[in-house]
Amino acid sequence: MAEVATKKKTTQILDEGIERGAARLTTDQIATVVNRVLKTETGARLKTYVETCIHCGLCSEACHYYLSHDKDPRYSPVGKVKATLWEILKRKGRIDPESMKQIALIAYTECNLCKRCAMYCPFGIDIAYLILVVRRICHLLGITPQYLQDTAHSHAATMNQMWIKDDEWIDTLQWQEEEAQAEIPALRIPLEKEGADIMYSVIGPEPKFQAQLIYQTAVLMNVAGLNWTMPATPGWDNSDMAMYSGDNEIMGRIKRAHFEAATRLRVKKIVMGECGHAFRSVYDMGNRWLGWKMPPIPIVHAIEFYYNLLKEKRITVAKKYDEGVTLHDPCNVVRGGGLHEKSRYVVKAISSNFIEMHPNREHNYCCCAGGGVINCGPPYKNVRVDGNRIKAEQLFAAKSRGATTLIAPCHNCHSGLEDINHHYGLGFKIKFIGDILYEVMEKPE
Amino acid sequence: MHDLYNFVSGPLVWVAFAVFFFGCLYRLIRMLALVNQKEKFIFSYMSFKYSLRSILHWSIPFATENMRQHPVMTIVTFAFHFCLIITPLFLLAHVILWDEAWHFSWGHLPEGLTDIMTLVVVFGCFFFLIRRLRLPEVQFVTSASDYIILGIVAAPFITGFLAYHQWFNYPFFMILHIISGEIMLITIPFTRLAHMVLAPFTRAYMGSEFGGVRHARDW
Ligand code: HEM
Ligand code: SF4
Ligand code: SF4
Repeated sequence: MAEVATKKKTTQILDEGIERGAARLTTDQIATVVNRVLKTETGARLKTYVETCIHCGLCSEACHYYLSHDKDPRYSPVGKVKATLWEILKRKGRIDPESMKQIALIAYTECNLCKRCAMYCPFGIDIAYLILVVRRICHLLGITPQYLQDTAHSHAATMNQMWIKDDEWIDTLQWQEEEAQAEIPALRIPLEKEGADIMYSVIGPEPKFQAQLIYQTAVLMNVAGLNWTMPATPGWDNSDMAMYSGDNEIMGRIKRAHFEAATRLRVKKIVMGECGHAFRSVYDMGNRWLGWKMPPIPIVHAIEFYYNLLKEKRITVAKKYDEGVTLHDPCNVVRGGGLHEKSRYVVKAISSNFIEMHPNREHNYCCCAGGGVINCGPPYKNVRVDGNRIKAEQLFAAKSRGATTLIAPCHNCHSGLEDINHHYGLGFKIKFIGDILYEVMEKPE
Repeated sequence: MHDLYNFVSGPLVWVAFAVFFFGCLYRLIRMLALVNQKEKFIFSYMSFKYSLRSILHWSIPFATENMRQHPVMTIVTFAFHFCLIITPLFLLAHVILWDEAWHFSWGHLPEGLTDIMTLVVVFGCFFFLIRRLRLPEVQFVTSASDYIILGIVAAPFITGFLAYHQWFNYPFFMILHIISGEIMLITIPFTRLAHMVLAPFTRAYMGSEFGGVRHARDW
């Protein structure tokens, strides 16, 4: 018999959120919650997936965790389902709090819900969905990683991810407007403009840490001559960590606030910044929770927005970026939204030396930050970095063919790749498409 | 011996086929009823075009990335599944039995060929067994039931092969062949072998989600 890996997992992480949550639990309580979720919130999907899975292990090579841990079977997609959901089902929910902590750690920090494995399983079993069910159970049990829970609290209390107060939000926009007016005197960031064509929405961290991204978009909107606006009320933030913590109720509330802001402003569409998980939330999960098959208002991700601007020649390129660039395909907009050809069109339009990384498009490796894993905070940085050695190898291969700039059109990917870049000493400059587009576009003198 | 033979080749055949058909039907209806009851939204995402697109890609050898990454597995599993379904349907001895019982007949394959196809199925099961024992990612998710399922599938083919060649004790292996075939039919709807009826649906749903909502390939 082959040895089932016996190597110890990376050092046990003590997460206050999970530890304290588990300390309050009993096996009976866990069983009650598990069975309630299974009975009232799951149905044919869970049942059919679990009963159809033939235990063939063919999903293994889909997962970057598995590939990065020398093919340790505990990190294979089905291996993680075995350690979590199968265990829960086998014991009819009678899991002791100690084991439940392990289950929570796997569900929250060892799967990015990237759905790559759904493309590798011959039955198309959606393991990300199964892991989300486990997270839902953990959320209801109150054992969520502390940082992630804090973010979910922020969503609940402020309708944004970063505890930003309403006046701080408006201040930031006006500050960026003033800054940008030094470059383009007539530039405006129109707040609360009813009847505009576009509502532009961003994720909470943009006003908090990366206000220059709002500046860049404002320049783009103004140069392209678009009729746009941003809401001055809660609902401006399109991000959603509640979706990943398992707090579907809060996910619903924040998505409703977002869609309602757009409806109140009577815009034709929502354009969103370069973020992947936010796209998943408005286009896939949040809208469905609220009962919308597709988003109630057309959603245009930044990639598609740039694509349209360049295609319609509303923005022209003065001089292409000439360093070697490679492009990371974020799961949520590529496997989640099919934007891979559009992103290539844009990248080729703004840069002269594009180098593909392999695998790419739908088959690209996840950044290992997605699925809320990066929001589980610093305790899990090594989990992310060690869990994605394969990404470093993939990037290194692109680098050896001349790429020096890595474009990642997603916030989570950006931060996750930054850690990988640093840890493995890859030396990439990591940029958003918007960074380069702003740099190379034709601007009025 | 004769009584036993008459029983397993008479009433028990009826039982086996009935359980197989109604069992499969039950699995399908139960799944669809559950969707209807709890996840009705799934129906609204189903797309005929994208379901077919996905099923087609996964039905053609080497048409998917994962199949190309596992060439040996791909060849074995396609050969295995093909022979598994085709052999019993077009085996001369089976066709004759149908003809005798119902005066209803269809074409059959040369006996030399079905003999080889039987071995392909047995070899396939053996290959899956070795995979389970040797590959850590398969072994990790293997439980006793997986071996039992393999045994259930292999048994009718092994015993059928022995009976056909009349090696060892013919009547004994004939009876064993009939019983094991009946066991296989009966267990299909109630074990993971039900993937036979469920797989097209899981595939179709993922195909519809990827094609219709995600605008991405799922192969
Ligand atoms: C006609 C529809 C069927 C489809 C689409 C189908 C599909 C599959 C797939 C995708 C696998 C996964 C692993 C692999 O590629 O080998 C598999 C495995 C398997 N199937 Fe099927 N199958 C079908 C019918 C059957 C039937 C009728 C049986 C037996 C009664 C069967 C027995 C098995 C066995 C024994 C395995 C291998 C399990 C292992 O790895 O141990 N299949 N099938
Ligand atoms: S991280 Fe991605 S590939 Fe790995 S198990 Fe989760 S969804 Fe599947
Ligand atoms: S590939 Fe699919 S059927 Fe095979 S073990 Fe993974 S989830 Fe199960």
